[in-house]
Amino acid sequence: MAEAGRTVAEAPVTTAAPRSFELRHLGLFVALALLVGVGLVTRPAAFATADNLVSILSLAATIGVITVGATFVIIGGGIDLSVGAVMALASVWATTVATQEFGPVVMAICAILVGTGAGLVSGLLVAYGRLVPFIATLAMLVAARGLAQRMSDRRTQLVRPDNQAIVDLATTRVLGVPLLVYVFALVVVLGWVLLNRTTFGRRTYAVGGNPEAARLAGIDVRRHTMLLYALSGLCCGIAAILIMARTTTGSSTHGDLYELDAIAAVIIGGTLLTGGRGTIVGSILGLLIFTIITNLFILNGLNTSDQLIAKGLIIVVAVLLQRRNLKERTP
Amino acid sequence: MTDKVARRGFLVGGLGGAALLAAAGCTSNEPSAAPSAGAAPAPAPSAGGNDQPGTKVTIGFSAPAADHGWIAAIAKNAEAAAKQYPDIDFKPVEPTNDINQQISAVESLVAAKVAALVILPNDGQQLNQVALQATQAGIPVVNLDRVFPDKLAYRTWIGGDNYGMGVAAGHYIGKKLKDKGVTNPVIVEIQGIATLPLTQDRSKGFADALKTYGFSVTAKQDAKFTVETGNQVATSLLQAHKKIDALWNHDDDQGIGVLAAIKEAGRKEFFMVGGAGSLNAMKEIQSGSSVLEATVTYSPTMASSAIKLARLIAQGKGMSDLVENQVPQSITLASETITKENVEKYLPLGFES
Repeated sequence: MAEAGRTVAEAPVTTAAPRSFELRHLGLFVALALLVGVGLVTRPAAFATADNLVSILSLAATIGVITVGATFVIIGGGIDLSVGAVMALASVWATTVATQEFGPVVMAICAILVGTGAGLVSGLLVAYGRLVPFIATLAMLVAARGLAQRMSDRRTQLVRPDNQAIVDLATTRVLGVPLLVYVFALVVVLGWVLLNRTTFGRRTYAVGGNPEAARLAGIDVRRHTMLLYALSGLCCGIAAILIMARTTTGSSTHGDLYELDAIAAVIIGGTLLTGGRGTIVGSILGLLIFTIITNLFILNGLNTSDQLIAKGLIIVVAVLLQRRNLKERTP
Repeated sequence: MTDKVARRGFLVGGLGGAALLAAAGCTSNEPSAAPSAGAAPAPAPSAGGNDQPGTKVTIGFSAPAADHGWIAAIAKNAEAAAKQYPDIDFKPVEPTNDINQQISAVESLVAAKVAALVILPNDGQQLNQVALQATQAGIPVVNLDRVFPDKLAYRTWIGGDNYGMGVAAGHYIGKKLKDKGVTNPVIVEIQGIATLPLTQDRSKGFADALKTYGFSVTAKQDAKFTVETGNQVATSLLQAHKKIDALWNHDDDQGIGVLAAIKEAGRKEFFMVGGAGSLNAMKEIQSGSSVLEATVTYSPTMASSAIKLARLIAQGKGMSDLVENQVPQSITLASETITKENVEKYLPLGFES
């Protein structure tokens, strides 16, 4: 609640100097280094290879794109629980027999439109319908998953061989790296620019930090909120293309619990759930920590239950550390 | 049909967004020309007169919601088998993954006094009570696949053999590696949901069969029966093991993701065996160019057989190939191994993922 007292002028944008960047992400880099150390010690031959690095990045790409969108929504003071379901819906919609008739480009556009459309609906409900974000996006989660199941008749829809161009995103490598990793990188860079170098980004911090002050400063808070959810939906649409590429399918089971992974990555990355503070870089580091843990566990042949416990612990530790950091920095 | 159109209109209207409307033209799945898994497997030629129409019987059917290709095929097969017989009045109830709802669905069938019940429970333990009630009300229960712990609760059980599935996969892999003369092979196993008894049975059968060749599983990891989890687990496993000799994946549905990961990594040095027997897997095997060389069945055709058994029980007939006057108490299907050589024969039985 201490956040509520801040005015727009004090929002972190203005203070996002290089010094605070290092400070803010230092803990994350230490955690990453620790994990890499564990990898080097336990599986030296398999972990530190270019190949494994590529596979970690490919694994991270899908949720990574979603995480970028989620970071915007959370900095803007909202939350989007529907991301996994919207991605599933977009992947199913883009792989129906009718859509596949039109070829890979239309499939990709379809996925993006469906994602953005669903995000726009959530945004309308939150901004103009005055629904609590948690509830509006929970409704979207359930409805989108249901619609995806209905459309696909709960079957797994394969990307047809003549639409191979979609799958090529995962199989074609440029400089040894699959195209989908470039897509991921592009989304991260664009997201960073949008958040840090444009009015849209500044407004996002303002709206999340103190909506009332933002309104007084002349920002159309409701319109901006709506756009944030549409942006998150857009990211889900892009993620849907990536998941189609990786799995060669569209399915209503895709993206199960992605919302939790995305939110966890954002929080570990130092973004406040109350809004107004956070960074894209932090979120991506948070996500990489999670992905590397999964990778390490599988490389060492450990089971998934222990993985979940480790992830739970990391969330708690990360948030505790951040709270201490915040206190230290508050005069 | 009108119902369907109206519903879609409502959904699109409800979602509103102009973007969605623009894409609405792309929703339809209807022109699908793909052969449906529901295309009933031809009835085995009957030795006796059991396929001749008998007394009209009502058969109730309850199964979990079809969120997996295999379960979807169960429901379709049951319906298709029932349609073959003019003397069956088929009464399916709304499929659900909620235990509570399935209990009340079965109760409604008992109240409707059907002649026989075919139940694939979400969980045998938890549905045991209601199956017992049905039996006590004089309705014979055919228990499909997931077994009720209490034998008083059902008349006949028919299902697959999870342990046997592991054994079949183990023998295929063991024999092939032995013939090749491989010593100390790297054998990787991708399981379904590790906490399920069925997964543990499969893994045990696999390990036991491999042991007879002096081999053991090098690494195993669980996915969650979905394409995506199969893909994720396989991606990392391929990293962990630079040279693999053989891979067994428990489930053909998640196998789509596993195969995608293998293609992405460009790995070809090993062969793979699948599980369940989906149409996709069979087509891969048939192509001959895939790492997927074989799959061991856990066939959803058991639902067709369950309906036939329920009909025979309700009509008081036995199985014409057996000497006994009544249908047996329990039937365990053998897990069959599908390879390039015999895949033609199995294609009509394959289910769509």
